[in-house]
Amino acid sequence: MIELLYWEGCPSHPEAKALLEQVLAELGRDDQIVMTEVRSDEEAERLRFPGSPTIRVDGRDIDAMGASGRPSLTCRIYHLPDGRISPVPSREQMEAALR
Amino acid sequence: MSIALGTETPSFELPGVDGDDHSLGDYGDAKLLALVQYCNHCPYVLAWEGRLMALASDHADQGVRVVAVNSNDSARYPEDSFERMKERAEELDFPFDYLFDASQSLARALGAERTPEVFLFDEQRRLRYHGAIDDSRDENAVSRSYLREAIDALLAGEEPPVAETESVGCTVKWK
Repeated sequence: MIELLYWEGCPSHPEAKALLEQVLAELGRDDQIVMTEVRSDEEAERLRFPGSPTIRVDGRDIDAMGASGRPSLTCRIYHLPDGRISPVPSREQMEAALR
Repeated sequence: MSIALGTETPSFELPGVDGDDHSLGDYGDAKLLALVQYCNHCPYVLAWEGRLMALASDHADQGVRVVAVNSNDSARYPEDSFERMKERAEELDFPFDYLFDASQSLARALGAERTPEVFLFDEQRRLRYHGAIDDSRDENAVSRSYLREAIDALLAGEEPPVAETESVGCTVKWK
C-alpha cells in the first residue's frame, strides 16, 4: 500500500503526489495512492507524522532519515541527491522505495 | 491579508541575533529596505536561503538592507526559537539582520502569511514589491528573479517590472 500523508498548511503535497504518480507510471505500476490528511497535533502524534508530505510504502517511510522527526504540523525537509534542500522527496527516493 | 502596495512600513523594535535591538529607524539610511518573513524550520526558506544571502550581499554596497524576521510560534516549532535563530545565523554567517518577532506584531502589521515572503520598501518606506524572491524554489528552474528585478528597477528610479507575486512557502505559525 502506498500512502501519502499531508497537511493542508503546507503547499508541497500536490507536487509530491504528481511526482509519485509519474514515478509509478514509469515503473509500470498501477497502485492507488491513499491520501490521508493530518489535521491536528493529536493526529500528527497518533500517525507519527513528521511533516508534510510523508510517503509510506507498505508502512515504511521512503525517507528513513526524516521518519523519526518530531510529529508536527509542518512542512517536511528532504535532501536531494545533490545536497539541496527540498520540500518534496526526490524522484530517486521514490524509485528506490518502489522497486 | 497583506498590506497593499504603497503602504508605509510598520514601525517595529525587535531583538536581533547579533544581540542588539533593531528598530525601523535603525535602517533610516537605507535606500531600500526588504523585510523578509523568515524562519529556520521551513524547507521553502532553506531552499531559497542561498539566493537571499547572495542578493543581500550583492546589493549591500548600494544601500539595500535585507532584514529577515522570524515571527513563528517557537513553543510549537522549537527549531524557530531565538537560540536556534542565533545558531543558524552564525553557522551560515548571514549577511543580513535576523530579528525575532516573538509577539508576532510585525507579522500581523504586514499581514504576512508565508515564509519566505518579501516586503520591499522604497526610500520613503512605501511598499513597492511584495511576494516571492523569484519564481521557483528550484534554483535551477528560475526564470524571473522578482526581488532582484524590483531592487534594480527602484535603484534606477524605475517601477518594479512586477510589483506583486504569490508567496510560496510554509504558513506563518501563529500562536
